[in-house]
Amino acid sequence: MNIKRVGSIAAIAIVGAIALSSCASNEGGAGTGSSAGSSDLSGTINGIGSSAQQAAETAWASAFQQANADANVNYDPQGSGAGRTSFISGAADFAGSDAALSDEELKSTFAGCAADSKAIDLPVYISPIAIAYNVDGLTDLTLDADTIAGIFKGTITKWNDAAITKLNPDAKLPSAAITVVHRSDDSGTTFNFSQYLASQAKSVWTEEASQTFPYSVGDAAKGGSGVADAAKNSKNSITYLDDSAVGDLSVAKLMVGGTATELSADGAAAVVSKSPLVEGRADNDLAINIDRTLTDKGDWPLVLVSYIIACDTYKDSAKGNLVKAYATYAASADGQKAAAEQAKSAELTSDLASKVATAAATIK
Amino acid sequence: MTATAERPSKADTRPKSVVRLGDRVFSTATVLSGSLILVVLVAVALFLIVQSIPALTAKPGEIPQGAKSFWDYVGPLVFGTIWAALLALIIATPLALGIALFISHYAPRRISQLLGYIIDLLAAVPSVVFGLWGVLVLAPFIQPFYSTLVDKLGWIPLFAGPVSGTGKTILTASIVLAVMILPIMTAVMREIFLQAPRLHEEAALALGATRFEMIQMAVLPFARSGMVSAIMLGLGRALGETLAIAIVLSPAAVVNLHLLTSQNPNTIAANIALQFNEAQGVGLNTLIASGLILFVITLLVNMAARFVVNRRKDFSGAN
Repeated sequence: MNIKRVGSIAAIAIVGAIALSSCASNEGGAGTGSSAGSSDLSGTINGIGSSAQQAAETAWASAFQQANADANVNYDPQGSGAGRTSFISGAADFAGSDAALSDEELKSTFAGCAADSKAIDLPVYISPIAIAYNVDGLTDLTLDADTIAGIFKGTITKWNDAAITKLNPDAKLPSAAITVVHRSDDSGTTFNFSQYLASQAKSVWTEEASQTFPYSVGDAAKGGSGVADAAKNSKNSITYLDDSAVGDLSVAKLMVGGTATELSADGAAAVVSKSPLVEGRADNDLAINIDRTLTDKGDWPLVLVSYIIACDTYKDSAKGNLVKAYATYAASADGQKAAAEQAKSAELTSDLASKVATAAATIK
Repeated sequence: MTATAERPSKADTRPKSVVRLGDRVFSTATVLSGSLILVVLVAVALFLIVQSIPALTAKPGEIPQGAKSFWDYVGPLVFGTIWAALLALIIATPLALGIALFISHYAPRRISQLLGYIIDLLAAVPSVVFGLWGVLVLAPFIQPFYSTLVDKLGWIPLFAGPVSGTGKTILTASIVLAVMILPIMTAVMREIFLQAPRLHEEAALALGATRFEMIQMAVLPFARSGMVSAIMLGLGRALGETLAIAIVLSPAAVVNLHLLTSQNPNTIAANIALQFNEAQGVGLNTLIASGLILFVITLLVNMAARFVVNRRKDFSGAN
């Protein structure tokens, strides 16, 4: 009786262990064994970082593993801050981060990198941030930076406020209170959203860009899907979120340099591509200083760029080769297309993609 | 009581008790596992204290969210933790009492067994499921009631406006919490009520008491300490609940008693869950330090519960 019971527990444990360990490499099911093996890359690299990148990283990792049967890529979406910290301490081989390394972080010693070699930022993931709303009967809405700042700061509280009606003379705006929904957790989306407003609506948005939503206004919800649900489940609501999480909500047009602009992946990618690099960095460090003032036709300056952060030279050259190949694939046309399908991100422009490829090629 | 009758001189002639290998192994194992608990507790406390020091000594500006000092940061969180747990207890205690009494003294045996199983099943539902239910079903469903409450009774400070548009208020969070702590409270109370001495109950009935009077006279006084420990168990769980609150509540760094607005005080555990991912440097230490505070609060609550139960034990008969 006792032996039987112990035996059955052991059996469950063994079956569980087998089932779990077989999930460790997340290759897709289709013919991995036969088609693969064309490369001599082997080993495992572990990435930790941004949850915004998760869907894209999963797509890249599975395609990369199909092409290289002996290679293994794991990505743990613990968050950008955790990713950078783990990368610096050597716990992760690369980091996914919604912010490039800061100057202070660049000064630290990177445990996984070769002595006196530094880390580099490679932009691989672009996500347009949408202003989404849920108002009965309203499907066409245009807002400018000052109005958005007013709404999210709490100075504009009604949908039929003069500032909104002025921008939307033809829309039927209800005289209802605006339910503002923002993130309750710290996030790169909030950082880019507030950075845009801090630069484009200076007179209204007086706080600096920050990962934490700065004002005590409206309801807060956890994660992109959380704010989307909260906005969908309440009336007359408005929120900001990654375009991929919008779902059934309507997306507002943004006044960019006097023209009402629709959100487009191309417009977001164009803004990133035209923005200057952060100054004073190594040649192969592509940290981008997003130019929020661009006003060309179609430009969508409300955009988030996420990076793969890797060593310039790895202590372990086998790891270096793997990361190099992986980052190169992520920035390639195939990789960007896979990410766009999986994560609804904006594909890098070919101009920026080739820069990233050149920089990735220097990883050793 | 019989021990006093034995003479010490006779003890020498008694056969020596045999100690077999199994006894040795078993007693060592129990001692080991008993002391392991202490080691783990001390290790956790040490980790929390060591990691907290940078936050406790931080200069203004290093603590996140513009707080002037760590205490400034953690104050609203401590308040929110206790406030949410208290609200949950206020909702759950009468319910648990009613359900437990129904199961133990009112329901026919078959129904009471079935109800008991269902309550136990509730305890097995993971908190994330309760959280999702709270935010996707309960909050939108209950929001119109909140609007009416604020319109009609807004002059009462508890129901002051402006009303939350999403229903993600501290009251919703507390309702979810109450549902989550209900099973454990009901289970403990039911057990205690079932142990009430049959003779007392029958004596009360024989004296002409109605069933309610019998419960009042014979069951509740007997069960008092058990009820206190049930409430304290519920409170302990409510204080530490993380994910459901993180998902349901719309938090802000405020201290207020408004139940229905968007600006709700957050709880320590939920705040850690929300901010941990993107925290770095002193921000991370601040979160761990707030965890230390939660550790201390739950320790105090448990000690208080122990104290109350021990004090009552002597004259309640529940032991």
